[in-house]
Amino acid sequence: MTITDIPTQAQKTAQKTTKKKATVAASDPKNPNLTPEQLEEFGTELDALRQRVLGKLGKDDADYIRMIVKRQQQFEIAGRALFYLPPAWPLAVAALSVSKILENMEIGHNVMHGQYDWMGDPKLNSRIYDWDTMAPGENWKYGHNYIHHTYTNILGKDRDIGYGILRMDEDQKWRPYYLGNPLYAFLLMMLFEEGVAVHDLEVDRILSGERTWEETKKVGKPIVKKVGKQVFKDYLLFPALTGPLFLSTLTGNAVANVVRNIWTFNIIFCGHFPAGVATFTEEECENESRGHWYYRQLLGSANITGSKLFHIMSGNLSHQIEHHLFPDIPARRYPELSVEVRALCEKYGIEYNTGGLGKQLFSVAKKIVKLSFPTPKRTPAPAPAAASDDVVAA
Amino acid sequence: MTLTTKLLGSRAVAAMTSPHGVDRYLEMFNPMWVVTEVRARVVDIQRENPAAQGSAPVATITLQPTSTWRGHRAGQYVQVGVELPGSARRMTRCFSISSAASLPGERITLTIRANDEGQVSKFLVNEAKVGQMLHLSQADGDFTIHESAATPTANHLVMISGGSGITPVMSQIRTLLRDGYDGRANRKVTFIHFARSPEDQIFADELAAIAEGDNHIDVHLRYGDATFSEFELRRLIPDFRNTDTWACGPGGLIELVKEAYGDSPRLRVEFFKPPAVSLGSAEGSVSFTRAGASAENTGASLLEQAEALGLKPEFGCRMGICFSCVKTKTDGTVRNILTGEESSLPDEEVRLCVSAPVGDCSVDL
Repeated sequence: MTITDIPTQAQKTAQKTTKKKATVAASDPKNPNLTPEQLEEFGTELDALRQRVLGKLGKDDADYIRMIVKRQQQFEIAGRALFYLPPAWPLAVAALSVSKILENMEIGHNVMHGQYDWMGDPKLNSRIYDWDTMAPGENWKYGHNYIHHTYTNILGKDRDIGYGILRMDEDQKWRPYYLGNPLYAFLLMMLFEEGVAVHDLEVDRILSGERTWEETKKVGKPIVKKVGKQVFKDYLLFPALTGPLFLSTLTGNAVANVVRNIWTFNIIFCGHFPAGVATFTEEECENESRGHWYYRQLLGSANITGSKLFHIMSGNLSHQIEHHLFPDIPARRYPELSVEVRALCEKYGIEYNTGGLGKQLFSVAKKIVKLSFPTPKRTPAPAPAAASDDVVAA
Repeated sequence: MTLTTKLLGSRAVAAMTSPHGVDRYLEMFNPMWVVTEVRARVVDIQRENPAAQGSAPVATITLQPTSTWRGHRAGQYVQVGVELPGSARRMTRCFSISSAASLPGERITLTIRANDEGQVSKFLVNEAKVGQMLHLSQADGDFTIHESAATPTANHLVMISGGSGITPVMSQIRTLLRDGYDGRANRKVTFIHFARSPEDQIFADELAAIAEGDNHIDVHLRYGDATFSEFELRRLIPDFRNTDTWACGPGGLIELVKEAYGDSPRLRVEFFKPPAVSLGSAEGSVSFTRAGASAENTGASLLEQAEALGLKPEFGCRMGICFSCVKTKTDGTVRNILTGEESSLPDEEVRLCVSAPVGDCSVDL
């Protein structure tokens, strides 16, 4: 065993691994444990798919993202300007909400993933762009692009499983605190922007003393600066520019931010938390092959079906599966990729988790409520001899 | 600075227009309206060597920069960014400015040879039309002269150039002449230039006029097989090692000039990057220029080779997805480990974790 933790921890995780393997094998025939050879072949096929799309990137993709930026700017101008016309207040809020949603999802998230770095346009470069939200780009890129996308759905590694405040997986040990799971989820939804901003502070780890003051200061400084910038813009500058309409503009900006919060929260929660999405243990992912990495990304994500407009408004994160397989390919390519990914899933007998927004949201809500209560210990099914050997050998 | 530009450049407007910035809004109306970015419109294109047979065409392109252009000193270069037709990838290349030193907002010229392998130079010389917009950087580089018409000195200046290397030197000479560097000042300039043939000589008429003029500038043009020789230089300027000298040209010429000057601090050089050779295997050496470390190329990723040398570059996923390890490859060829694609562009941003050097390679790390 190559685990470097203290022995008790190692024993605990070893137990968990056995249980997990058994569950996947016994109760979920749709997600077979592929052999290493199958995984390699699967990885090769996805690599080839990736190459095909990379080869096609060009003017269409550049025109598309520039068109989205232009539309978003038009909504932004319209939204900001309509606050000068008090009767148009609902329209102003709507336009500003659309602008913020487009900017955060189809532009900000995707540009900061490096999806458009190949264009060589500094205005659309992942190292330069910093989105219109309180979370500083630098922090977010570390926590999201690196931690979340590399260790997707590995318990204890991926801090996006419950974001350190929610219980979103049965293998997170229940505590009475989690009785508030639905309440915390609701608050997180309303304050999603603030939540994402402080996510990288890892508050739970500060409280438990795992994080030093020095580390906290390093992460915290840019947050304070960026939050200040956003507050100044939405709650001081733009309201002040409308003079006597200060309060109405301020309220409108706040509502637009909350509308964006609710929308992004729901899209993102549907991406990783509907029923059927798998989590993994650190041991399962040690010395992971490229094929297994793809396999884990696939089983750890879920899609939402919908119209073209719906996909644009969700930054194509409604194709969370394709996004996790190919995080650096421009998101507008995900719909075409999904056809082939789905065909590959059928070939290998892997479940492709997808459904309408209503279905996926209901599934997520059910999980949030269910996991607020202690879950009955799953009786470890007798693990196949080979599997236990694997664990010992791992 | 007018009130409008002051206002548009204010922090309040920057906050209002974040995250895109005010320029992205202004360009919706007019691409020449900018507050921070530098762009330029092509206002004239003149072919410099129409008679040349068998050598690459050269053109002088006049640019009207945006008001954000801070001007340049003679001898400096500028980065030009352009999206080639049918492609969405912006290509950025450095070109020396051939016109005399400019003030903020003033027009400049670039004199460019359309090399076969130079996609950007070929486009600018052969395809660009008047009206075309280009992305510019501010001028940069320290291949500059400090002499000024304002304070006459008796310094003798030597300029040595080869081929397209004449452009920054032309900028220097044009600046000196424009700013009153004439015969009465009694300051000597020796200008030696090497070109393939008289037909291929760019600025030929102007050089002839300078040679004729009352200005103490001696022009020596050498063609074909006449390569640089220390002997000839010594004949022209016996004490050349103690004379301020600027040399710009292909690598071969610069090597010879450097040899002649030894370790003299009076020589300033600028040379074109020699084209990277793709060896197709793990040969050559890898150098991390900022750290001053280098080693034999093992064929592993740049990230691994940097770490093997004890360097600690920033990294994240180590598999090409998170872009934490992006650095500038200044020279050489790299192969993308994931795609097998090779790239030899100078000053290119690469992900260290998925880029393996092919042959010699330098990274700004």
